[in-house]
Amino acid sequence: MGPDVAAPAPNQQPAMRGPGIAFILKKSFISAFVALILFSLMIGIRTLPSESGQLTYITRFPQLAAMVAIVFGGSIIVELLRQWWGPVDTLRIVPPQVQTGLGIARRLLAPMLLIFTFLVPVIFYDQRYILDLAILVLTYVMLGWGLNVVVGLAGLLDLGYVAFYAVGAYSYALLATTFGLGFWECLPLAGLLAACWGVMLGFPVLRLRGDYLAIVTLAFGEIIRLVIINWQSLTGGPNGISGIPRPTFFGIPLTPGENGLAAKLGIDFSPTHRIVFLFYVILALALLTNWVTIRLRRLPIGRAWEALREDEVACRALGINTTTTKLTAFATGAMFGGFAGAFFATRQGFISPESFTFQESALVLAIVVLGGMGSQLGVALSALAMIGGFELFRGFDQYRMLVFGIAMVLLMIWRPRGLIGHRAPSVFLEQSRAISSDLVKEGHG
Amino acid sequence: MSAPSATPLLAIRGLRASYGKVEALKGVDLVIKPGEIVTLIGANGAGKSTLMMTIFGKPRARAGQIEFDGRDITGAATHDIARMRIAQSPEGRRIFPRMSVAENLQMGADATNSNDADRTVSLERVLTLFPRLKERMTQRGGTLSGGEQQMLAIGRALMSRPRLLMLDEPSLGLAPLIARQIFDAIRILNREDGLTVLVVEQNANHALRLAHRGYVMVNGLITLSGTGTELLARPEIRAAYLEGGRKT
Ligand SMILES: Nc1ncnc2c1ncn2[C@@H]1O[C@H](COP(=O)(O)OP(=O)(O)O)[C@@H](O)[C@H]1O
Ligand SMILES: [Mg+2]
Repeated sequence: MGPDVAAPAPNQQPAMRGPGIAFILKKSFISAFVALILFSLMIGIRTLPSESGQLTYITRFPQLAAMVAIVFGGSIIVELLRQWWGPVDTLRIVPPQVQTGLGIARRLLAPMLLIFTFLVPVIFYDQRYILDLAILVLTYVMLGWGLNVVVGLAGLLDLGYVAFYAVGAYSYALLATTFGLGFWECLPLAGLLAACWGVMLGFPVLRLRGDYLAIVTLAFGEIIRLVIINWQSLTGGPNGISGIPRPTFFGIPLTPGENGLAAKLGIDFSPTHRIVFLFYVILALALLTNWVTIRLRRLPIGRAWEALREDEVACRALGINTTTTKLTAFATGAMFGGFAGAFFATRQGFISPESFTFQESALVLAIVVLGGMGSQLGVALSALAMIGGFELFRGFDQYRMLVFGIAMVLLMIWRPRGLIGHRAPSVFLEQSRAISSDLVKEGHG
Repeated sequence: MSAPSATPLLAIRGLRASYGKVEALKGVDLVIKPGEIVTLIGANGAGKSTLMMTIFGKPRARAGQIEFDGRDITGAATHDIARMRIAQSPEGRRIFPRMSVAENLQMGADATNSNDADRTVSLERVLTLFPRLKERMTQRGGTLSGGEQQMLAIGRALMSRPRLLMLDEPSLGLAPLIARQIFDAIRILNREDGLTVLVVEQNANHALRLAHRGYVMVNGLITLSGTGTELLARPEIRAAYLEGGRKT
């Protein structure tokens, strides 16, 4: 190899055990100090109206001390946990048999999951609640995959993704209620309109990166919502739009009457038919999103998105047109958001601005980040975990958010790059090489 | 030094460029003939990288003219310039760390829309030039050594089958032995493929030995030019760039 200067390898952390106690204590002290400053006003002092109506305050030093102590202790625990797990990149000594076993399991996971998903309506036919939940999960899987194009592949932090979801939903609702168009005619239109809005967002933010981009996209999401609320004559304002037509089976409605699908097929009508139908519609839409994304990743445009995420300056040095690259990423992501929005509108039959708040954007972004920024399977798994998990903890009531937050923090410590953090290559040479590289990756993350 | 004296492939006249109010190029004249290796040497901050980037369209030229193969490319968009088959390996290599070596190379061909047959030919060429990359095709770019990253950066630029290859400090941060390998590869490309090369370097000794002709840049202006051997012999060059002294 010669006396070569080792290159700085940005993604390869040295496999070392965590630092000593002094380091942990120092870190915890800093956290506690920050907590002290933050909470001294938030918790330490409380304002009260006195009898004379003036504002007085009481001090609550014990509570403040308790809070700071919790932060201190928690910080130590988090640090210890982090050392115990080790970062995802550390080389763990795993016997080769177990490694290949894990590799096979990982390869089988996606097909198994897909087969199971196809069978969900069969297995849970009588359980309306589970079917509804499954539709919800799939909607978020689709949104996650859509946003994944923008955030995961192109690396453009978009905090206003819900705007495109809203554009899709309102496009369908308005086209259907005013022009009487059906779901299947409106679906491409909704996607197209959302894509146009994606380009419109894209243009002003072409020069922005990172935090600035996040702020502008956040504002964009809010602007769309505020416009919807205030443009009463078109959108119905806060009252929303109701009476949105349900989807038809290519023109045949899923209703009890003479013309319904059930009557035509000669079977008894059941409201579950529609749910099952909706399930397969969103499954098909989500799979379309996935398929298109996978195809695009192997084309120059998809490669350019990923290159843009890696190094914009290098892209320009190669003569990649960064403008079109960014705009197509925004447009593609927005289009899928628009499809999902149209589906949402037809499923609910009623939409209002309340469904399109920043919380939705944050949730979808969390799904993408947790899933591993760019991994299709990771996004699907994290949508399942987030939406399903949220339902699971419904009994915890107000602690739900807390449990949720803790779970996310732990997950990010355990797998800082998301559930599926390694990136599958998009250029394949020969089968044997691709596999051997896979094994290499098992080794170092 | 038998540089053919045909019409220039690249001709730069009175080129000025600036970053805001700071003028980085103050009227540069430079000519590269087909089949030549030309080197541009100068101290840190002289404007060498800026010249390379201005040829590539960003920052834009404030004044002056850039002609490539008889066509005026001043003010053209970067991706259009790349499509005329000018390629560059930027300062600091800037390979894509999370993409595999194979993907990095494909990225080089993408911008010029080359077809599959062309890609195969260029890939073949890159891999015979840098056999080390062949063994590492599926490895992530970020895990390569510095020398391998430089080979990848040059290989990536070559994937677009350029007529003019511009390299910004290809020996930066490399051990002498590896730097020699890189310079050897440039020599081979020039001799066997007839490739025209512009090498920006601080390592003047190596660069002037490699090049047919050289230019010296000081504070945004060309102060000296001549054949490599001529420049190597000049005392002021020896003092400023060869014997450790670094004067602006
Ligand atoms: N992006 C930039 N913004 C502002 N000034 C810059 C920028 N890049 C370079 N400069 C300035 O332009 C001058 C030339 O820089 P550069 O072309 O990088 O020099 P060299 O490559 O010869 O070391 C320097 O004074 C540098 O500070
Ligand atoms: Mg430079």
